[in-house]
Amino acid sequence: MIGRLTAIAYNTYREAVRDRVLYNLILFATLIVASSLLVGQISLEINRIVLINLGLTAISLFGIVIAIFIGIGLVSKEIEKRTLYTVLAARPVRRWEFITGKFLGLVMTLTVNALLMSVGFFAAVMYVSHGLGRGDLSLVTAIYFILLEYVLITALALLFSTFSTPIFSSIFAFAIFAVGTFAEDLRGFAQMATGATRWMMTGAAYLVPNFAALNVISQVAHNTAVEPKLILLNTLYVMAYTAAVLTASVWIFERRNLK
Amino acid sequence: MRESEGHAIVPSVGSRFDNVRKDHFSYLPRHKPSAIILTKQMAAIEIQGLEKSYRTGFFGNKLKQGLKPLTLSVEEGEVFGCLGPNGAGKTTTLKLLLGLVFPSGGTAKILGCDLDNINVKRYIGFLPEQPYFYDHLTPLELLDYYARLSGVDSRERKRKVNTALARVGMTDSGKTQLRKFSKGMLQRVGIAQAIVHDPKLLLLDEPMSGLDPIGRREVRDLVQELNEEGKTIFFSTHILSDAETVCDRVAVLNKGELKGVGVVADLLREVSGDVEVVWRGARAIPALSALGARCHATGDVVRGLLSERSLEAALAALRQNQAHLTSVTPVRATLEDYFLARIGDEKPNEVNA
Repeated sequence: MIGRLTAIAYNTYREAVRDRVLYNLILFATLIVASSLLVGQISLEINRIVLINLGLTAISLFGIVIAIFIGIGLVSKEIEKRTLYTVLAARPVRRWEFITGKFLGLVMTLTVNALLMSVGFFAAVMYVSHGLGRGDLSLVTAIYFILLEYVLITALALLFSTFSTPIFSSIFAFAIFAVGTFAEDLRGFAQMATGATRWMMTGAAYLVPNFAALNVISQVAHNTAVEPKLILLNTLYVMAYTAAVLTASVWIFERRNLK
Repeated sequence: MRESEGHAIVPSVGSRFDNVRKDHFSYLPRHKPSAIILTKQMAAIEIQGLEKSYRTGFFGNKLKQGLKPLTLSVEEGEVFGCLGPNGAGKTTTLKLLLGLVFPSGGTAKILGCDLDNINVKRYIGFLPEQPYFYDHLTPLELLDYYARLSGVDSRERKRKVNTALARVGMTDSGKTQLRKFSKGMLQRVGIAQAIVHDPKLLLLDEPMSGLDPIGRREVRDLVQELNEEGKTIFFSTHILSDAETVCDRVAVLNKGELKGVGVVADLLREVSGDVEVVWRGARAIPALSALGARCHATGDVVRGLLSERSLEAALAALRQNQAHLTSVTPVRATLEDYFLARIGDEKPNEVNA
């Protein structure tokens, strides 16, 4: 089972790399170099804040866009191109292994991508701040939270990919990411409602993935430490949410006729 | 889904074939997982009333039968052809057997195991129609990936991959990305991936389609070669001459329904029965025409084509008219004749199966 999972995951990673997904790094590198040179001109006080905000937001958005655009095709593209016939038809591969392998492969791609971006980001921070301090450890936490975002959005894109077309899947995935970014506000609105509406709104607010809790960019940009409790809670939340979404993906895919 | 990894495959009970089969299975120790030992007596594929309906229409309220209840048996060591026009249900049958689509009714067993037994797939090779592969890979990488998924031991993998590539004549192109390949080359890679793990049963969907005459000949030879090695081969095709050349038995499907099944020679006998009679003496023409013969005279030599049933009466008529009999030759029917006789008057099904 492990052998099959790693084979599928590695093939997914290899496909993404050979399809030149990592070329986005060139764009990221250009952006980060240009911004670090530019912020140096503005002010000694805020150049670091601007660079951290810009760099981490770029790492987050680049990965989210890749996760959605590859994630929505993970299953549907295989059905459309009929490549999964040769995997599922005559190989002892269970459908859940296929889904999980594809998921792990894309997460691996995104992680490698994020690590390479992080190297450039830290180099830029060092250039602007003339070195790294102990407080910069919170930047690592922010990047870890971005990786958790990737995991969550990959699982959601994969879920949509099991039953919908790529266009609708991308709309759903972007929409849910946008809504999830305002999850805290949604919960606030729900508290203001009354009666049955309140219950329904609260349910809906807790159902959408809470991307807001994973965004600590402005906090770390202002040198505010991230509480260890939040790291633990976010990790557990993403693990549970991802497991639920993957289970739903497998449930749908297991019942699907591959015509 | 039955979890049976790490165990020898156990034939399910309840089938009328079980008494025969149980003797031929070997229950192997756990360190040698899921091994099957087949014998000559065992059916490689056993289909009992397998059927598939699809919901169509905007609201999914219409039911279309892609495959009507099908009962069929393919013996081990056979080359079995599944014939039919486009939309006949050939691909649906293969997809049902391979678990890509789920049956609406009926049962089937492959190598004595139920369809939901995932471990039996170690012993199956499949070539889809117009195969597409991960075109970012080279044939060597692709076959290695498939061999890995099929559970081929890492020590054996490289050798098996190279052997499979050599068998389809692709050794020199092993390191070229598949996106640069022609359709014929992809078909060869398709066959290589179907045999890379040395399966006992090969399911080939239109293996000769899209190939030039030389390619078709090579695939036919390979099918025969694999069969001589003891592999069972089940393939679908609408190219009747291919089926006639390589198949021991064929099944004819149309509109999702089995129209006939049997040894090729037996089936042809059903639609044959015509004889060509050649004689000298034009005087006998009216008498033979009266028996239904289609006569064509060239000078004094007459050729008459008539039903075998009328042969005795025709010979008597020739004697009566003092004609000189030159030859009586049975007319050999082709699978095309059989095909047209069975389904020629029916329009093909609209279901894309």
